Amino acid sequence: MDWHDVTARLFPEGHHVVADGDLLAGTGRCGDTTFAVIGSAHHAEIGVELALAMARLVLATIRTHPGRPIVFLVDTAGQRLRRRDELLGLNRCMAHLAKCVEVARSRGHRVLGLVYDQALSGGFLATGMMADLCAALPESEIRVMNLSAMARVTRQPVERLAELARSSPVFAPGAINYVKMGAIDALWEGDLAAHLAAAVADAPATDTRRDVGQARGGRLLAAPIALRANVE
Amino acid sequence: MQSYYEANARERLDGLLDPGTFREILPPVARTLSPHLQALDLPAAFDDGIVIGTAKLEGLAVLVAAQEGGFMGGAVGEVQGAKITGLLERARNAEVAGIVLLLETGGVRLQEANAGLIAVSEVIRAICATRVAGIPVIAAIGGQYGCFGGMGIAAACCTGIVMSEEGRLGLSGPEVIETAHGVEEFDSRDRALVWRTVGGKHRFLLGDCDVLVDDRIDAFRRAIAQALREGDRLDLDAVEREHALLQRRVDRFGGYDDGADIWRDLGFPDPENVPLLATDALVAISQRLRAA
Amino acid sequence: MEHLEYRFDGGRPATAGSAARIVGVVASGNLEVLIEPVPGDPACSIAIDTAAKGFGEIWQAVMADFFARHRLAGIRVSINDAGATPAIVALRLDQAIEEFTRKR
Repeated sequence: MDWHDVTARLFPEGHHVVADGDLLAGTGRCGDTTFAVIGSAHHAEIGVELALAMARLVLATIRTHPGRPIVFLVDTAGQRLRRRDELLGLNRCMAHLAKCVEVARSRGHRVLGLVYDQALSGGFLATGMMADLCAALPESEIRVMNLSAMARVTRQPVERLAELARSSPVFAPGAINYVKMGAIDALWEGDLAAHLAAAVADAPATDTRRDVGQARGGRLLAAPIALRANVE
Repeated sequence: MQSYYEANARERLDGLLDPGTFREILPPVARTLSPHLQALDLPAAFDDGIVIGTAKLEGLAVLVAAQEGGFMGGAVGEVQGAKITGLLERARNAEVAGIVLLLETGGVRLQEANAGLIAVSEVIRAICATRVAGIPVIAAIGGQYGCFGGMGIAAACCTGIVMSEEGRLGLSGPEVIETAHGVEEFDSRDRALVWRTVGGKHRFLLGDCDVLVDDRIDAFRRAIAQALREGDRLDLDAVEREHALLQRRVDRFGGYDDGADIWRDLGFPDPENVPLLATDALVAISQRLRAA
Repeated sequence: MEHLEYRFDGGRPATAGSAARIVGVVASGNLEVLIEPVPGDPACSIAIDTAAKGFGEIWQAVMADFFARHRLAGIRVSINDAGATPAIVALRLDQAIEEFTRKR
């Protein structure tokens, strides 16, 4: 889905979200609540500039609108794969974005995420996966890495990985698999504004994804192992 | 003097921690093997490639986690991630000076794909939440596999990073970049180029690691203890300062193509000599340049 | 992966109070060996999960040699192997026993 359609459906009462290149920024109204909207479009590759631009928007929200909920709209092809971005410390710029989200959370901002097209790896880790609650549109896909790079790193044939991506929930990129594993709260269809309103009210205060993953049967070990690491 | 690079995870802990103080949590007898690897008919490890526990380090009570780079390149799967996440959460209820993460990892364990990505995300969330609670998390990077992928993000979320010259820290590994954009973009077999881009010396000169130490376990120990004593606060002031720093960096160095260009800009008259400098010499010059 | 198991009788019990020890790393050409005390068990039991299939006879011989060297009862030896040579296997077993029996 295009970002224009997503924002229209999330904020039927009006929004001021604009695209500045691949960066989405602005606000939207949902019921009585104004949301800060931050995101990416056009399957953005997130390099140092875009990561810092998103972090700047989080900081601006914290400074000028204390307590305002933030929603990340995610459509990314992952981190920019260029030597120059590595040279400049893209890992740190992504971490900075993640830390800004954490500080926002600690200061009472609810943070939500919505994958509306695709999400890969680094770009997703620093945005949607830092949210209190992340949702996805039914057709969206979430991947760790492109198959050809995965094939090279794991020294497995591309065909074998493609077959696994078709048959195994652990490998399949459809967002439904992330729902079962607890990382995506739900697939949102129909009245997106209603979903958004419910999400901001119900989002958990701590990271409950592993408990959800266990309850849904998609990720059975993370919760019990983390508990044992905590108490044994 | 024991090499950090050559040592495996358990040997590093042995050399780092005060003798007799280490108690392993979920030791190998707990048999926390990865079901995903077993499903793929791949060899698994009893501890899933990470050793966690409680200990003292120079008298400071700590929680420690040491990744075993030799197993799956240190990559993080469901079980390993849960061990780290649980440990980070444990710190909030324990009287500890902080958490020490000995990182050696390619990032998400691709053989566990979705479960691995979520595991790394939970680690990142837990590091951030633990730091907001005021508990320092110190990362050490100096092994053969470096620290890449989502764990490169995790490392940069920590309070401080101690690296040796041998260490590497980044997001996408050179091989991944080469696969995407070709050898002209990044020749992953050009070791000097790799180290100018993501190696310990470059990261130190750029400011992405706080301390550069020799490849010796005792040097890591001293630096980690010192970092723990400096305490921590992840708050609005900290991220605003970080933002200004990173923005200045991109403005100042964003047009450069190579680490050597950045080092020249920082004031090194002969940047091609940087790789040859001993650690203490490099640190001394860097401090003089920063003071100037 | 192939799973193999062996039991050897006639050993002498390991020192009471020995704690479980592990050596090695599950890396290509390497293996990890975990030794646990099993008080009261008269045998030395061995369980192997190996990536190298079809080498049962060689494993049998290496384990028999290992038992003959140390003759310990009341222990369980557990191995995760990623294709180590018999020489490396024997080395790790000896290292594991040394760790296990070392006075602390």
